Amino acid sequence: MKISYYPGCTLKVNAKNFEDSTIASLKELDVELEELPRWNCCGTVYSLSTDDLIHHVAPIRNLLRVKEQNNNKVVTLCAMCFNTLKRANLKVREEPDSLEKINNLMYLEKLKYEGDVEVLHLIEVLRNEVGFSTLRQKITRPLRNLKVASYYGCLLVRPREIGIDDPENPTIMEELVKNLGGDPIDFPYKTECCGAYQTVDHPEIVISRTYSIISSAQVNGAEVIMVSCPLCAFNLDHRQKETKQKYLEFRPMPILYFTQLLAIALNCPENVLKFDLHYVDPKPILKEKGLI
Amino acid sequence: MRIELNGEKIRNNFVAKISEISGQNLLACYQCGKCSAGCPLVSEMDILPNQVIRFAQLGLIEELLSCKSIWICASCLTCNTRCPRGVNIAEVMEAIRLILLRKNIDNLKIIELNEKRRVELPQIALVSSFRKKTA
Ligand code: SF4
Ligand code: SF4
Repeated sequence: MKISYYPGCTLKVNAKNFEDSTIASLKELDVELEELPRWNCCGTVYSLSTDDLIHHVAPIRNLLRVKEQNNNKVVTLCAMCFNTLKRANLKVREEPDSLEKINNLMYLEKLKYEGDVEVLHLIEVLRNEVGFSTLRQKITRPLRNLKVASYYGCLLVRPREIGIDDPENPTIMEELVKNLGGDPIDFPYKTECCGAYQTVDHPEIVISRTYSIISSAQVNGAEVIMVSCPLCAFNLDHRQKETKQKYLEFRPMPILYFTQLLAIALNCPENVLKFDLHYVDPKPILKEKGLI
Repeated sequence: MRIELNGEKIRNNFVAKISEISGQNLLACYQCGKCSAGCPLVSEMDILPNQVIRFAQLGLIEELLSCKSIWICASCLTCNTRCPRGVNIAEVMEAIRLILLRKNIDNLKIIELNEKRRVELPQIALVSSFRKKTA
């Protein structure tokens, strides 16, 4: 299976572990990612105002690149990119006028966008295109006894119209963990915002969110937290340094992308996991479970 | 906090402007408070999310334009998902931010971010905060 791939900016730098573990895993699953030629930043946040069409041009231009590749589906991994691309797509599908104006703004492009590309998140591809049962059969190193809390954050599940699962009680990531042979752990903070971009000028807000989210996962028995967003990953992992300084009883917890756990379960080479990009080292717990 | 209400404020076109930019019917809100009850960042706010809507209904321009809450809101959309009246509170927060940003009044001073912080932060953090907090 071949599918267009939109990486987004962060996967090429801070979240190289997310991208490399994905590419290696998908090779094992016979899915070939065709990276879009000349992709541009999606803008990272969907504009919430009614009169701001210019901010929807960037995501729609990327969807045009999918057409240029003669594809009609694009997959993305970063929850922020996914949300922005999918919402902009939904907007132009529902508003032909906006679509026409955006096409006019992109008058130098050879093609016109017609709202006919489907934006998918990789977890959806794993469930719907590869199939969780096929995936289960290809697992060679099940995540036996690893207690994994899934942290969805905001943008995979809200708003409801574009979410990959129920906005209040999603379970698709837990299903993935189960199919990888791990023990999914439910916890009440799984869809509670980590503070997102407040990390830039209000790190103290993110530190208190990180403390609450991770402590809740720990109380419920989790050994690692699995995420799908490089901003959540940064906030929950790298902000643990300051969290530890502020809350003395706080115990660190490794944060992993779902694709890193996927790569481990598929026995991919360890260099694709790039643990050097992590603040809290996941190796001790993974070694203890015999997973690396 | 002492707040003065009058008909002039309520009829001010500021209310209409917020409705227009956000696309929301502010009067649909019946002040149940569910948005504030579930807001993960409410403890950092000076005006609660339901109060932001109430103030907007009443045309309390100065209170809204000078509040912290609009900049603390992280557009997590929890409130939107839960509002029984279908009000998109996050859109209203965005509209008030935009009224300031469109006058070139930035909330975030990029130049003041120290270099260490700029380097360690992921690209999506920087781009999204610039998009939300700068003109
Ligand atoms: S949840 Fe909706 S109706 Fe209730 S106070 Fe908030 S905006 Fe108003
Ligand atoms: S969108 Fe803003 S106001 Fe609404 S729950 Fe999230 S942080 Fe609070």
